[in-house]
Amino acid sequence: MDRNTGAAEHPSADPDTADAGATERGADASGSPVGRRVILGMLGLGAAGMAAAPWLERRLDTVLAAAADKDPTGVTGLLPGAGGFRYYSVTSSVPHKDADSYRLTVSGLVDRPAGYRLADLRALPQHRIVRDVQCVTGWRVPHTSFEGVRLATLLEAAGVRPGAGAVRFTCFDGAYSESLTLEQARRDDVLVALRMRDEPLGHSHGGPVRLYVAPMYFYKSAKWLSGIEVTREVRPGYWEHRGYDVDAWVGTSNGRDDAPTA
Amino acid sequence: MPPRPDARPGAAAPARPRPRTPRARVARFTRAERWIHRTTAALMGACVVSAACLYLPQLAELVGRRALVATVHEWTGLLTPAPTLLGLASRAFRADLSRLNRFGPHDRRWLRSALRRDRSDGARPAGKFNAGQKLYAASLSGAVLVMAGTGLLMWFTGLAPLVWRTSATFVHDWLAPAVVLLLLGHIGMALGDPEARRGMRTGTVDRVWAAREHPLWRTDGDGEDTRAN
Repeated sequence: MDRNTGAAEHPSADPDTADAGATERGADASGSPVGRRVILGMLGLGAAGMAAAPWLERRLDTVLAAAADKDPTGVTGLLPGAGGFRYYSVTSSVPHKDADSYRLTVSGLVDRPAGYRLADLRALPQHRIVRDVQCVTGWRVPHTSFEGVRLATLLEAAGVRPGAGAVRFTCFDGAYSESLTLEQARRDDVLVALRMRDEPLGHSHGGPVRLYVAPMYFYKSAKWLSGIEVTREVRPGYWEHRGYDVDAWVGTSNGRDDAPTA
Repeated sequence: MPPRPDARPGAAAPARPRPRTPRARVARFTRAERWIHRTTAALMGACVVSAACLYLPQLAELVGRRALVATVHEWTGLLTPAPTLLGLASRAFRADLSRLNRFGPHDRRWLRSALRRDRSDGARPAGKFNAGQKLYAASLSGAVLVMAGTGLLMWFTGLAPLVWRTSATFVHDWLAPAVVLLLLGHIGMALGDPEARRGMRTGTVDRVWAAREHPLWRTDGDGEDTRAN
């Protein structure tokens, strides 16, 4: 303990005597500057935490994953880095759509604009992909299966006209939008997904139908997909207007270096 | 203590042996200090609530509006230290910061008693602020600075290399529950002590309360301080 100010300290048992020789701050006029040390200590801890974070994060991932397996309350799911999906919506509320009310339109630079009901999409060839999901904010969910119709199948059915260069996606939340180049959209790991983790896609995960762009950060996988429009050029989507990369390859965009998901 | 305007000679003098009646209430916080507390609490509260709406899945689902909530969180977080910095213009506030900073032998005694749950007479000597309040103030200040620093690294993604941003996210995420615990403790203590709350609300506290909770606090000197500001 630092006693360099000890000479100015006074017996606490007799404040009146002590006060007589002290300033108007009374008993707290002197003493060690512990407050300052605590603040500096916190800053030091913060810096140390930054330095140790990569290692700590790996260790915690292991511990928390094990704890979450045995946790019936789900409390561990709220801890940082505990894994799992996080719900992000850009609007205040999102309408619910079911097999009756859901429609997916394909329009723009196509020969045969179309409208698909949920049953129509289910009747098309289904493909299942199992990859990691990587969010641009850092969380990653390993080995997640998505199942649905290849976007390429719908584009082929609609007949893309010459001059088209991109595909724009709109959502029935009324605000979100996304875009892919035509070349990206035709990849076979880009799905119009109807199922996730081998269950019908729930509302909070963007159901009944969402886009799934396996090789890109998850903001490209627009939830609540309601419109596919073939356009001449890429139009930046919702988050891309707010600074995110349009070509959102996992590991080589948005200044991040996560392991690629495809 | 110099004569006060309310201590009119002769008003209550004939019946009493003392020349003046000690005032029943003593000044604890100036108007400036109370506003610093209020604005900091409002900013901190908005910052924590918006954080919860970004982070907790149930709330995120209920509230949505992610871009707006994120903006509220960033700005309230960045501005949380502002009332304190502006408050440095107040002499009374600077004096209280100095009191919070200094730990004397009585503070060590207070901490030992608190750890032993000792509430006996004289076991917890304290000046204007007790050792617990001092530690709370310092640790929360440090935490707010770390949160602001890591938050800025996450906000302005061009500031630092990516590894820093990931590490900043990690520190920010784990320090956040610690900050919430500190705040809950602070609010809980205030809920348990109406006179302490009255002090922050009105600026004055009961003299008996002050003598009991803060026996080493020179309330007279403070009266001068508070009137000066």
